[in-house]
Amino acid sequence: MSSGPMELLRRFGSLFRGRKLDRDLDSELANHIDLAAADYRKQGMTGEEARRMALLKLGGIEQSKEIQRDARGLPAFEAVLQDARYAIRTLRRDAGFALFVTLIIGLGIGACATVFSVVNSLLVRPLPFRDPSRLVWIANGTDATADMSARTFQVIPMLALRDRNSSFTDIAGYFAFYGIGDVAFADMNKPERLTGVGVSEKFFSVLGVSPHTGRLFTAEECQRYGSVVLLADAFWERRFARDPHIVGSTMRLGGKPITVVGVLPASFDFGSVFAPGTRVDLFFPFPLTQDTDRWGNTLAVVGRLKPGAQLTTAQAEADILGKQITAENPRRNSIQPSLSYLSEHVSGQIRPALLILAGAVLVVMLIVCANVSNLMLARTAARQKEMAIRAALGAGRGRLARQLFTESLLLTGCGALFGVALAYGATFGIAHLTAFDLPLLNEVRMDGRALGFVALIAVITGILLSLAPALHISLPHLSTSLGRSGAGGSREHAWLRGGLVMAEIAFACVLLVGAGLLVRSFVNVLDTRLGFRPQNAATIRIDPNSSYETEARKIAYLNDALNRARSIAGVRGAGVTDALPLGRNRNWGAAAKGVDYQPNNYPSAFVRIVSDGYFGAMGIPITRGRDFDERDDAQSRQVIVINESMAHAFWPGENPLGKIILGDCAKEREVVGIVADVRHLALEKDAGNEMYVPMRQCTDRPSWDLVVRADLPLPTLASAVDYALRPIAPDLPKGGMRPLTQLVDRAVSPRRFIVSLLSGFAAFALILASLGIYGLISYSVNSSASEIGVRMALGASAFEVQRRIVARTLTLAAAGMLAGVVISWIAGRSVGSLLYGVAAADPATFVAAALVLLGVSALASYLPARRASRIDPMICLRAE
Amino acid sequence: MEDPKLDLLQGTLDVMVLQTLAALGPLHGYGIARRIEQVSGDQILLNQGTIYAALIRLQNKRWISAQWGVSENNRRAKYYAITARGRKQLAADLAYWQRLADVMARVLALGAAGEQA
Repeated sequence: MSSGPMELLRRFGSLFRGRKLDRDLDSELANHIDLAAADYRKQGMTGEEARRMALLKLGGIEQSKEIQRDARGLPAFEAVLQDARYAIRTLRRDAGFALFVTLIIGLGIGACATVFSVVNSLLVRPLPFRDPSRLVWIANGTDATADMSARTFQVIPMLALRDRNSSFTDIAGYFAFYGIGDVAFADMNKPERLTGVGVSEKFFSVLGVSPHTGRLFTAEECQRYGSVVLLADAFWERRFARDPHIVGSTMRLGGKPITVVGVLPASFDFGSVFAPGTRVDLFFPFPLTQDTDRWGNTLAVVGRLKPGAQLTTAQAEADILGKQITAENPRRNSIQPSLSYLSEHVSGQIRPALLILAGAVLVVMLIVCANVSNLMLARTAARQKEMAIRAALGAGRGRLARQLFTESLLLTGCGALFGVALAYGATFGIAHLTAFDLPLLNEVRMDGRALGFVALIAVITGILLSLAPALHISLPHLSTSLGRSGAGGSREHAWLRGGLVMAEIAFACVLLVGAGLLVRSFVNVLDTRLGFRPQNAATIRIDPNSSYETEARKIAYLNDALNRARSIAGVRGAGVTDALPLGRNRNWGAAAKGVDYQPNNYPSAFVRIVSDGYFGAMGIPITRGRDFDERDDAQSRQVIVINESMAHAFWPGENPLGKIILGDCAKEREVVGIVADVRHLALEKDAGNEMYVPMRQCTDRPSWDLVVRADLPLPTLASAVDYALRPIAPDLPKGGMRPLTQLVDRAVSPRRFIVSLLSGFAAFALILASLGIYGLISYSVNSSASEIGVRMALGASAFEVQRRIVARTLTLAAAGMLAGVVISWIAGRSVGSLLYGVAAADPATFVAAALVLLGVSALASYLPARRASRIDPMICLRAE
Repeated sequence: MEDPKLDLLQGTLDVMVLQTLAALGPLHGYGIARRIEQVSGDQILLNQGTIYAALIRLQNKRWISAQWGVSENNRRAKYYAITARGRKQLAADLAYWQRLADVMARVLALGAAGEQA
């Protein structure tokens, strides 16, 4: 029969007139019975018989009402409303249960949504540029672990590549060796050190970034240095409160007046994409000229593919061009372009870590499901009777299952709301983390996609959770349970619940092993021989301001600053360097005198330009020879200090002191000292060749960092240094002093991020698993109280009872652990890239995880076991 | 032994109710149920409770209307009457059932003829 819109409307309307319609029907049915009974009496039945017959013919009052209700309204919709109302009522009666489940699900969903948002912004969401899928990162060489000098391009070869290729609409780059805080901003009120990046012409147009206000650099401005600047949005907001009149005005940067030509949009965050954890304030033109070509490899390069161009063909073309260009420029550095999509370059390093996190959070969610399923099962067992009554009153099996589904959906819904609130908080927190060097982290936020994901998870969880209890309603079952009095649980419950707890233990085991491996790696990383002692030392930028023009004046300033710092009471050493460890990344060519190297095999070393006292201040041990001193100046013999690795690489088995090294800044330098290796790139990376050049013998110093070692608390030291240096360095930034340990902290921050999240998940999993065990054992103790009572009456001691229960739990736990160990063993390989100094199948970690799980299981089962052993056999038996 | 009672085909009850109301004028629920049973010679298995579902269904389609009145036992009762739309629908239904009955009769006669041949 067709149902027109009018009828639907009426049916819908009857949803709201339910009560009146019910009352009408009640009186109609009562009258019906009366009339029918009267008829039957006329046929000679007694009053009682007639009534019974009338009811029989009607088919039952309640049933008739139910049929009529179905016919008049929208039964499906009504049932849902009714189920929801009923669910709310039952859950309110069981508020503790509801709250607990909501909490657990909320935490699980919150964790899922947070990790999803992180993965979404870091891996899935397109980069914040125009048409980002065509942007390509062009690196030099294929060795991803090589230092930056080996991966960047020299200007002229890069220009050749740009002009000759046919795959890219354009290629641009930025100067990769900018230093953090290299630009002194001489502001009257608040002198500050800013970070500025030199970008080639068209850099912004290749990325598809247009200025928020003002304009980009003109071609002419890109031909020379330092007359114009573009501001980053964050800097514009921080220092100029988004004042649009800043465009066209001048700023004193590095002692020169420089014109602001525009402000970049907020969506463009250079640091988050190209230099995670770095705040870039300014952009200058970087001229691509013969002059900058002489600086060697300097350019990090991006290109935009032509529409329709393939990365593979572009790579093939670049291979050919690379060989040609290298051959044409024998006196320049070789180029071997290696292309990858920019998005992959940005997220590539963190991808495995994020995938592991995603896997971990999925496992957490599974544990949550297992745990809540278990609780639901226990509850279903207790509700068998209620279900039986409802079935007797005409509820079909489907209807009961729907009721259970509504209930679990309501629970997951509440949990999801809580989880979304958590995730909003967590993503906000993550986006505002500044101590973590992770790309795009500040882009992390909950978006529509994340909300959709939460809804999906909530529904899936709701289905999963109602699955076990719903499978359990079998109607014949119910009629027997009506007859029974207690909250009797059936046997098949027992194995299902046991299985769920086992699964929880297995998953918890996987997480524990994973977290354990990463924590051990983390500890190993922190334990690496850094080569310097970060404790009790602090550092501050003290670049001389523009009033110190000549080299002699700069050196005088440096001497003065060092003397002032050293004269502070409590200071044990002070030195200056142009490159703190774990910060800069650059290599200079260096060769042992008298050795003929192949053209492509010319050695290089990480170089630092340092003052005397630097090694002492940093805590870098001098193993042979001497430190620099004030007499190592431009007039004296040129000297150099090298690290042990370099000494060993250049002169294995020989005494390196007195040997000559050919390098930059001077033709020949005599090795006067050997120092310990310092991990300068990353804690996980060996030092390689390192060399130190005395500050007074090399003018090519991009920055001056003062390192002070002192037994003073940081604030005291900071104010003492400020007081001592302010007279000679009036534009010293306030609050610029930071502890050396911060360098290490930053370097390990991505690892710390992953480790802390994973450890949190593991702890959560452990708690859930122990709750699961506790719940299961409590339940089984309660339901077998009489059996325990009999045993005790027959002479079993309290200890024996406890032992039996704990032993049974441990068997369960052992089975779970076995599964968990096998899964961990298999999954361990995927963590491989994140491990450091520990094998994926590290026995110690596996054993430790197993012990923790066993301990927790024993404890979780001991509490109910103790309660069981206190059962009074008499009370228990009488209750039967 | 008595023949087992006939199950009602889907949709037939609505037509019976309409027809009853068209023929006999306004009736209450019990009256309709009794009349249908009597007319059928007590041959159909009528769960009287389903009458009320049919009545609300027909009301929602506005084929019948309802009004409170007083029944023969002096109690308040709802009297149902067919509407103009209901009569139109009934005419359509009658034609449909007539055709269906003809077709059924012919199809069933086919078997009987086959046996004779």
